[in-house]
Amino acid sequence: MNASTNSTAAPVLSVRNLTTSFRTDMGIVTAIDGVSFDLAAGETLGIVGESGCGKTVTSKSIMRLLPEHLTIYGPDSKVMFEGSDLMKANERTMRRVRGDKIAMIFQEPMTSLNPVFRIGWQLEEALKYHTDLNRSERRERAIEMLRLVEIPNPEHRVREYPHQLSGGMRQRVMIAIALCCEPSILIADEPTTALDVTIQAQILDLMASLKKKLNTAIMLITHDLGVIAQVCDRVLVMYAGRVIEDASVHDIFYRPQHPYTQALLESIPRSGGKERGKRLPTIEGMVPSLHELPSGCRFSERCRYCEDRCVQEEPDLLRAEDGRRVRCHFPLSADRTAAARGET
Amino acid sequence: MWAYVLRKLLYNIPVYFGIILLMMAALRVNDPVNNYLGKHPTPEQRLALEKDMGLDQPFIVQYVMFIAHIPLLDFGDSWKYEGTTVRERLIRAVPPSLSFTVPTLLAAAMISIVVSLVSAYYRGRPVDKTLMILAVLGMSVSYLVYIILGQFFGAFWPREAQWSLAPFAISGYEPWIGMKDVEGGGSAFFFSPTTWVTYCLLPVIVGVIVAMGYDTRFYRAVMVEECTKDYIITALAKGATKRKIMFVHMLKNALIPIVTRVMTTLPFLITGSILLEMFFNIPGMGKTLITAINDNDFPMIQGFVAVFAAVMILTIILTDVIYALVDPRVRLS
Repeated sequence: MNASTNSTAAPVLSVRNLTTSFRTDMGIVTAIDGVSFDLAAGETLGIVGESGCGKTVTSKSIMRLLPEHLTIYGPDSKVMFEGSDLMKANERTMRRVRGDKIAMIFQEPMTSLNPVFRIGWQLEEALKYHTDLNRSERRERAIEMLRLVEIPNPEHRVREYPHQLSGGMRQRVMIAIALCCEPSILIADEPTTALDVTIQAQILDLMASLKKKLNTAIMLITHDLGVIAQVCDRVLVMYAGRVIEDASVHDIFYRPQHPYTQALLESIPRSGGKERGKRLPTIEGMVPSLHELPSGCRFSERCRYCEDRCVQEEPDLLRAEDGRRVRCHFPLSADRTAAARGET
Repeated sequence: MWAYVLRKLLYNIPVYFGIILLMMAALRVNDPVNNYLGKHPTPEQRLALEKDMGLDQPFIVQYVMFIAHIPLLDFGDSWKYEGTTVRERLIRAVPPSLSFTVPTLLAAAMISIVVSLVSAYYRGRPVDKTLMILAVLGMSVSYLVYIILGQFFGAFWPREAQWSLAPFAISGYEPWIGMKDVEGGGSAFFFSPTTWVTYCLLPVIVGVIVAMGYDTRFYRAVMVEECTKDYIITALAKGATKRKIMFVHMLKNALIPIVTRVMTTLPFLITGSILLEMFFNIPGMGKTLITAINDNDFPMIQGFVAVFAAVMILTIILTDVIYALVDPRVRLS
């Protein structure tokens, strides 16, 4: 996998200032606030963060899959895709994009497929909306897709119902549905979380090999840093609805600049080494409630380097010369990280 | 599947025999002959009726004989209406019942499914709230109020005011489809929708209004449950239209509970709605049975109950089969 950021190529997707709020019983809550990033063609972008930080909302906002009457998008939110802004597109245009140009797979393979329709029908449904293939051609294509995602005996499987397949198989079917129209972007929302570890590895390998075959850009949403390390080129770290760091996977793991990223990495259990027998470090405190966000940096309450400025003023997401972005008044440098490691 | 149906039928035969046993025993607690003839019958009258229904035989003989005659629907002659068999009266009562129960059931099911889909889709919003308030109001008002209001404003008033459009009869029934004797011999097919409108549409409207309150609320709950399922968002992400999602993805899933509900009302097709038939004076199954009970017409009561019980059992078996057809996860075995 290519580890470097493909910064020269024109991005296939450009998200700017994406702000999504929800109407709730307790008033309007802003789930993601000013999220901006680019996705290059063929790139695998990981989005990582703890539960409720806005990963899923980001992905669903891009495809506008959130319930309309409860969702408010910020007025200057932009999702530029193929020269037009999806935020301003009408329902018809969105339907043409969904499943055809941008496809999505979900966390729960057990419930994401409709239980009362055959696998083949569900695969062919997407083809029916987006291609001119006739019935028998669609069936052929469905079988071909099932073969591509390495489902044994696909001619037989198309006639089966979801409940006749295992979880891993169902996730493969979901991938087949997502990729059957050869989308330029695949959004995978925690595709492996609900699967056991061996199946996880198989699904990730499959996604990686299909990406190479079809040159699809992947947005991989996960809270599992192991998955990120395995398949991603670049990583977006989110915290409480904000992007706080954006860097290549190598930089994130070896030279994190945001204290939150650093703390996140420290909380991964490692085998062997000097940490053996010690308690696994955790991040103190809790993610702030979206109703009561701190005034300054959203991570300030839990940050071990927090200073006065952090509490008073929220830092901007600043881009450095090397293309990395970080939202911190005092980004960590290599020696500071080392110093921090020495302390703990 | 046929093996399953056959097995179910066999299992239910003892159940059916049990129902018949209870029914026959219950009808003999009070002497049926005395009930019919009053306190002071002549011995000749008594004897004639007892002989007629075999009531002078031991119970076990009566029981076996009755069961043996069920397949031919041979339940003897009506006491009240001499010279007509129970079977004749039974068969004569079916078309009037079906004339208004089938349209009621279909219309009520379809309208409430559409209303509940709309309501579920706009859940929590004014459309949904308005519809649900109407549904609760609708089901809170008594059946009788609708019947009387319907008869007054639908039939009586237009007639009195001599409107040119006064389509409904206040009550009554006339055949609107079937074979009719023609002068000079032979018979011809006749079909008259206007006759149907005159006599059946008003009871259908009342029946639909009454059923809708309950059905809409039940179906809405089912649909709201389906709305939150993950497969909805998968379909949306595939590029499906909302109409496709509602009427294909959701509806097929929701069909499972809907089928249960519709099936429980199926026997009503045959037995008719007693209240509607009584008030609209429709000579259907329900009215015929109630009349027979009032007349102490023992052979009629026995025959009708035996038929109703069979219809109930067949409906339950049919429900199982339909489940397997709509839900691939259900296996008939």
